[in-house]
Amino acid sequence: MSEKYKITIDGVSTEVEPGTTILNAARQIGGDLVPPAMCYYSSLEGSGGKCRTCLVKVSKGSEKDPRPMPKLMASCRTTVMDGMEVQNLTSPEVQEARKGVVEFLLINHPLDCPVCDQAGECKLQDLSYEHGTEATRYEFNRRTFERIDIGDKIQLHMNRCILCYRCVYVANQLTDQRVHGIVGRGDMAEISTYVEKAIDNDFSGNMIDVCPVGALTDKTFRFKNRVWFTKPVWAHRDCDKCCGRVTLWYKGDDVLRVTGRKDEYGEVHEFICNTCRYDKKRTKDWVIEGPAKVERQSVISANHYDSKVVPVIDKR
Amino acid sequence: MEKLENISLTGRKKVLEKKPMNFLERIYLPSIVQGLAITFKHLFKKKATIQYPEQRREFSVNFRGIHSLKRDEEGRERCTACGLCALSCPAEAITMIADERKPGEEHLYREEKYAAVYEINMLRCIFCGFCEEACPKQAIYLDGDIAPADVDRKNFIYGKDKLLEPLLK
Repeated sequence: MSEKYKITIDGVSTEVEPGTTILNAARQIGGDLVPPAMCYYSSLEGSGGKCRTCLVKVSKGSEKDPRPMPKLMASCRTTVMDGMEVQNLTSPEVQEARKGVVEFLLINHPLDCPVCDQAGECKLQDLSYEHGTEATRYEFNRRTFERIDIGDKIQLHMNRCILCYRCVYVANQLTDQRVHGIVGRGDMAEISTYVEKAIDNDFSGNMIDVCPVGALTDKTFRFKNRVWFTKPVWAHRDCDKCCGRVTLWYKGDDVLRVTGRKDEYGEVHEFICNTCRYDKKRTKDWVIEGPAKVERQSVISANHYDSKVVPVIDKR
Repeated sequence: MEKLENISLTGRKKVLEKKPMNFLERIYLPSIVQGLAITFKHLFKKKATIQYPEQRREFSVNFRGIHSLKRDEEGRERCTACGLCALSCPAEAITMIADERKPGEEHLYREEKYAAVYEINMLRCIFCGFCEEACPKQAIYLDGDIAPADVDRKNFIYGKDKLLEPLLK
């Protein structure tokens, strides 16, 4: 099928392959009109549809059936129809709904950003900054859990988890046997693991990267430094297990942590192995490619002077 | 044609007339007496200055002096080394190293993370108070005295020993 579907999002038209979701169509256009997504992860099959932050209004179903869809739709799970018209930023209804979704996500989320290692690259932080209210209306106690060590390298803060299921998909799709999943239902749902079967798969570290909040954090980086004081640099090495293309986070001359390369939506497309992530923390292990591309508005780019160094003395 | 130096483009140019001085102006005495009168008048006025180290002026309510790291009502350190003060600091005067609270140290630190090292370079600090504004934990306030002078540069780097509020006994 070579026919392409025309879709208009916030007045911007594009043509996409049939079967594309609204979210991916919006990402093809790019810019501000892309709905935020907490649970959808482009490189994980089956992710999406859980957090409801990507809700959009479909004001025209298709060319053949122009009736609007009765409810707001999760754009990560709704596929494009020909002639569809979608409102995201232009619809006050969507903005209001998203504010409600953020309030729901923050019901049990502790505001421990000053302590959390994810602060600065946390999707929920961005989202609550944009859409959140200043105070909570929730009168009951937040649910609290003890910290759990998943293996010796990953720490699970269940308090911070928003149940996006991304880490479960990583465990399902990247590692050969899943040892952690979601236990319980509804308000009782939590990420859990058979602790005695500590995750020793080579790709288990990727659940740190996919976690949109600070629920799964790198224990080798725990409290080492704040994200915005470290400088991300792209590097690669020959790895027999993974692609070996990573981001090194430097503080001075030390590599504080190694992560996968995240795109503009904070998603990793090339997952890296645990050897690269935990054991190669010296500059000589890597071939440096250059500074990582960081959004100018991101706090990570704060206090970094990226101007080209011009040598004063010409060595010829 | 008018002379160039007399043309006023703004309309505010005043031409200074230099007249020859008259007799009283030439002997200068009235001007000297006038000047001395002002000088002697100030001898009987209230002094504008004070004897500084012995006498001190009251600070205004929004005076910004030396920083102090605060403790909570149970005497635990409030700072969690979140780094927002260092991020907001326009002079980049603040550095810190965080550490994790061990079990049994709950009476010392309020949160599970604390600042093991917290340093402010007082030579760089411009006392703008941004750190105080940025702090989410009400842990730093510029409520101290004027930063004292010193002869050695390294003495201007204030660590936790100088910044931390003393424990109330």
